Formats: sequence, C-alpha cells, structure tokens
Amino acid sequence: MARFAAGRRVRISDRNEVRHHRVPAYVKGRTGVVERVCGAYDQPELIAYSNSGEPPQTLYRVRLKQKELWSDYDGAPADTLEIEIFEHWLEPA
Amino acid sequence: MSAKHSHTHRSPPQPDHPEPSSHYELLGVALNELLIEKGVYTAEEMREAIERIESIDSSHGARVVARAWTDPQYKAELLADGYAAVEKLGLNPGYTELTILENTSQVHNVVVCTLCSCYPRSMLGRPPVWYKSKAYRSRVVREPRAVLKEFGTEVPDGVEVRVHDSTAELRYLVLPRRPANTEGLSEEELAELVTRDSMIGTAFAREPSGGS
Repeated sequence: MARFAAGRRVRISDRNEVRHHRVPAYVKGRTGVVERVCGAYDQPELIAYSNSGEPPQTLYRVRLKQKELWSDYDGAPADTLEIEIFEHWLEPA
Repeated sequence: MSAKHSHTHRSPPQPDHPEPSSHYELLGVALNELLIEKGVYTAEEMREAIERIESIDSSHGARVVARAWTDPQYKAELLADGYAAVEKLGLNPGYTELTILENTSQVHNVVVCTLCSCYPRSMLGRPPVWYKSKAYRSRVVREPRAVLKEFGTEVPDGVEVRVHDSTAELRYLVLPRRPANTEGLSEEELAELVTRDSMIGTAFAREPSGGS
C-alpha cells in the first residue's frame, strides 16, 4: 500500500501551494530517507476546508541530514532532522 | 498642598484586564457566547473543561519515563506503542498517536513544531511560552546545538542531535537517559528527576541531589 518503504531515498516536492498544507518551506526540494511508514491518516489539507479528509493518505517520517539541509550548518556531521510528510509530497530520489 | 498629602507621586490607575484585542480573539469570545446561548454546552461545562486541561502537568510524562527506567519490559512496550503503554498506567494518552523518542549514548532527541505548536499535552500539560515562540521554532531546526546550549544543555559532538519537527499527526515524547547514581531510587523518586524540558529534549533529566 505504501509507495515508499523504510530506507528508501525520497525527495520532498518543491511545490508552492497557496492552500493549507503541512510541509514547511525549509524542507521543500530536499532529499532524505524514509525512517518509517507511520500509517494512513485523514488529510489535514482537506480537513482545513471542512472536508472529511478522506480517503486517508499514507504518512511518512523522513530523516534528513542537517548538513544537506543547511549549507552552513556548523553542528556535528551526524546531526539529523526528522519530519512527517504525506505521500503526495514525496517523489522517488 | 500640605504635609498630610504625601503621596503626590502615585502612579495613575492601570487598566485591569485588557479587552480581547485581535480579530481572532474576538471571534473566539463571540463563538463561545453563542454556543452557550444556543445551549450546545453550558458555561459550567466550559469551565470544567478548562480546569481539566489545566490540571495536566508533566508529572504524567514523568511517571511513564520512571516506569520505563525501572521496567525493561514496559520500556519495550512503550517504544513499540506509546499510546497503549500510557493507557496501561491508567493515564489518558490523548487524541493522537504518541511516539516515544529514546535518548541513548548515540542520539539526543529534541522536539519542535515549526508550523504551529503541536505538543504532547496529555503527557506534559500546556506548552511553555518559549515552545510556541518564533525564536525557538525557527532556530532549533537550524542551529539545535546553539539553542540547547542556551538551555544549559551541552550535547557532545560525538552524539547525534536529532530534531523532530512535529508537523502533522503524531506527538512526540522524549525518553531521557536515566542519570547515573540512581540505582537505589524508587520509581517515585526517579519520577522527581524527570523534568518537563527533559521530555521535550531541551534538557537532560536531573541528577539526584547528593546526601539524601
């Protein structure tokens, strides 16, 4: 059911949508690895407009390397960031 | 005028309680009044709900952490299914799934919600003001080590700092590392060492005070 398995490299879409969505700008266009498949959830992007949010959409946790996220990151090279991203915001990388 | 009147420098009376100032605050007040007027709920029910929400504090999360520190079987259950494990202690896990992030000698976890203020309220109560501030939300994803340092938390370079941006459906609770020299402590005593910030990840659990 889930399009991407844990461990798979994915890219977070670099789309700019005017409607409500849960993808902060700082991760758009960035590449990471699926840390886990969280399951399917009603879509907040639809619920925000009084829709039921159905059908449920697969949600992933994506792990990104801080060094790849910020070119001038000055913490340790191993530092990471994890974020929840719905499937329609992910592309194979 | 006279020696009797010595308080000429009294400051003017200050306004007591500011009226709702923003559009959304006014909207909230109006909606609440209408729902009460239409009998959807009563003012007393609203008061009770506020009291219930405000009665939750981080002692709920601390109980969960202390149990995980003392019972390896429980810890395994907690990491596998946070929601079910919290319910098992007779606590209310809330409305959303709860994911437990275990700090180890290799990884230090810290939680933020950059888009709003998602927070494990059922375990920690209401979020502190700084958790909702733009400064924390924008900086902790960008320079987590500098932010942690400002909290007095220095994570060694050999330990990975893992920031969790809680943007959607899950809530996160950090399971801090058990401090050294706590072997003889009871579960209740251990819970005292588990601070709110240690479960957000901006601090370590407290060291036991010596000599007790």
